[in-house]
Amino acid sequence: MFAYAVRRVLATIPVMAIVALFVFSLLYIAPGDPAAVIAGDQATPQDVERIRASLGLDRPFLIRFGEWVWNILNGDMGVSIFTNLPVTTMIQQRIEPTVSLMVLTLCLAVSIAVPMGVIAAWKQGSWIDRAVMGFAVLGFSVPVFVVGYVLAYIFALELDWLPVQGYTAFREGFFPWLENLILPAIALGGVYIALIARITRATMLEVLQQDYIRTARAKGAGQRNILFLHALKNAAVPIVTVIGIGIALLIGGAVVTESVFAIPGLGRLTVDAILRRDYPVIQGVVLLFSFVYVLVNLLIDLAYTLFDPRIRY
Amino acid sequence: MAEPLLVVENLQTHFRTPDGINRAVDGVSFHVNAGETVAIVGESGCGKSVTSMSILRLIPEPPGKIAGSIRFQGKDLLKLSEPEMRAIRGNEISMIFQEPMTSLNPVLNIGRQIGETLRLHQGLSARDAEAKAVEMLKLVGIPEPGRRVREYPHQLSGGMRQRVMIAIALACNPKLLIADEPTTALDVTIQAQILELMRGLKNTVGAAIVLITHDLGVVAEVAERVVVMYAGKKVEEAPVVELFNTPRHPYTQGLLGSMPKLGSSLTGTETRLAEIPGLVPSLKQKIPGCVFASRCPHATDLCVKVAPALEEKAPRHVAACHYALKEGAIAA
Repeated sequence: MFAYAVRRVLATIPVMAIVALFVFSLLYIAPGDPAAVIAGDQATPQDVERIRASLGLDRPFLIRFGEWVWNILNGDMGVSIFTNLPVTTMIQQRIEPTVSLMVLTLCLAVSIAVPMGVIAAWKQGSWIDRAVMGFAVLGFSVPVFVVGYVLAYIFALELDWLPVQGYTAFREGFFPWLENLILPAIALGGVYIALIARITRATMLEVLQQDYIRTARAKGAGQRNILFLHALKNAAVPIVTVIGIGIALLIGGAVVTESVFAIPGLGRLTVDAILRRDYPVIQGVVLLFSFVYVLVNLLIDLAYTLFDPRIRY
Repeated sequence: MAEPLLVVENLQTHFRTPDGINRAVDGVSFHVNAGETVAIVGESGCGKSVTSMSILRLIPEPPGKIAGSIRFQGKDLLKLSEPEMRAIRGNEISMIFQEPMTSLNPVLNIGRQIGETLRLHQGLSARDAEAKAVEMLKLVGIPEPGRRVREYPHQLSGGMRQRVMIAIALACNPKLLIADEPTTALDVTIQAQILELMRGLKNTVGAAIVLITHDLGVVAEVAERVVVMYAGKKVEEAPVVELFNTPRHPYTQGLLGSMPKLGSSLTGTETRLAEIPGLVPSLKQKIPGCVFASRCPHATDLCVKVAPALEEKAPRHVAACHYALKEGAIAA
């Protein structure tokens, strides 16, 4: 088990290296010359050339890539072209709202979607099942920003229950924090809930057909016990897997959600950086997101053994 | 005389399907006395498993529908509420299934699965339940029970798993044990061990057993009385020796005739293995006459038109056949 964990951690190194290469190549692949953009409309070719040299853009690709990676390993992600602040500082300033949003969405989605899927499977074919599946289709097909604006309109503007936008730091109190985040979390969670609920339902339907469920029933176990212990533990591996894969949806959705609800997080930082072609910031943020995704899925792989004793590494 | 432990009367378990009603069990009656072993035999699809599942009400309703009466210690199980029924399952009546490989939950350890019934029905703490589980494992002859109790089903062989199933079934000292093909999925040598174990435990625990099987060898081994089922109906019932010596119903005769005899090819007395021609009729149409008429070598017009009633052909020996004579032979 420990040896497997070490091997898996080591295996993430090449993955991260390839991700880093991609992220770094963005600068070359993306159309437009950052030096020209920074220099502005009035710049002479000499100005552009000077900026290019100052950014190091005139040196060979591989050398610059090597330097970049080396600096990152030393905790230096470069300096923003636009604000002249270190990228790490900018990320630090913006990370809390995004982590808050994603953790809240994750908890909310899992605690809603899993019971939804379980009950839909139990009551297969009933109106509850159809309602859950209908909701899942809706969750998949309505974009985050539409849900976001509709929620904000109803609960913030019309009913005036919650603030329209903005973010309150967690240290200023749980409820103010929650007040600001609940609508974004619901908007962002829609797709995620739909995904988890569907997988839970499908897996549970299969598990409930198994002989050991009949055994549990023959032992006199109650319905809740059968669903949430005997069946759900067997269905856990696919569900947990999809929760991990779905993190990618959350990352993509966070960018949009933060824009809709004016949350000063990494998503907004990314959007702003892209609009300004602030490459060091874009690279830093994308690399961070990829790293989080790889890490989460690594943890999920290792967590399989908790649910299924047949999985041994 | 006191009422038997279990009295099943006119049990009808029907399933609604898109193309009609499947009468899986259609008017079956039998009883089981305390401490007795009754075998229900018949080929696949004759309704014997559905009968056993119906007793514990494990048939999903709908699409299934159970009618008739199933009296256990005087209570009609079909009239009990679901919570009352849950208090009986695994406690007073327990069940062993055919597939030991898939009947245990793969993600829960053995101790927990045995302990579950004890915790549900006797309110034991997790620790006491595990201690009792170790005892039960010892009782069913699993070596190193203290270690095995923490293991998972995939770490056990098929025979061991069936022993675990038996341990689960007997943990609460049930009065009735329903064993649905308990040895079918096992190697022959393991089969003998499991049968031996069941027979031994029956004496220790004192439970009555309903043994569902298609294996007449197993029946001869353990049963005291035999109920023969065909196409959802009981066609014959007799004490085991009587049934093997003088089968009355042509179907039972066919079943016995299709049993391979060990060594018959060596002694030169080899004969072609008898078979019952044809297939079990579809249970979706109501059959007006005898259910076995379509495959019976002796069938006449009467058999096709009129269903024979169960009649006592000899003391404690009933059969449903127009032509089964008291002497046991078919009037041909």
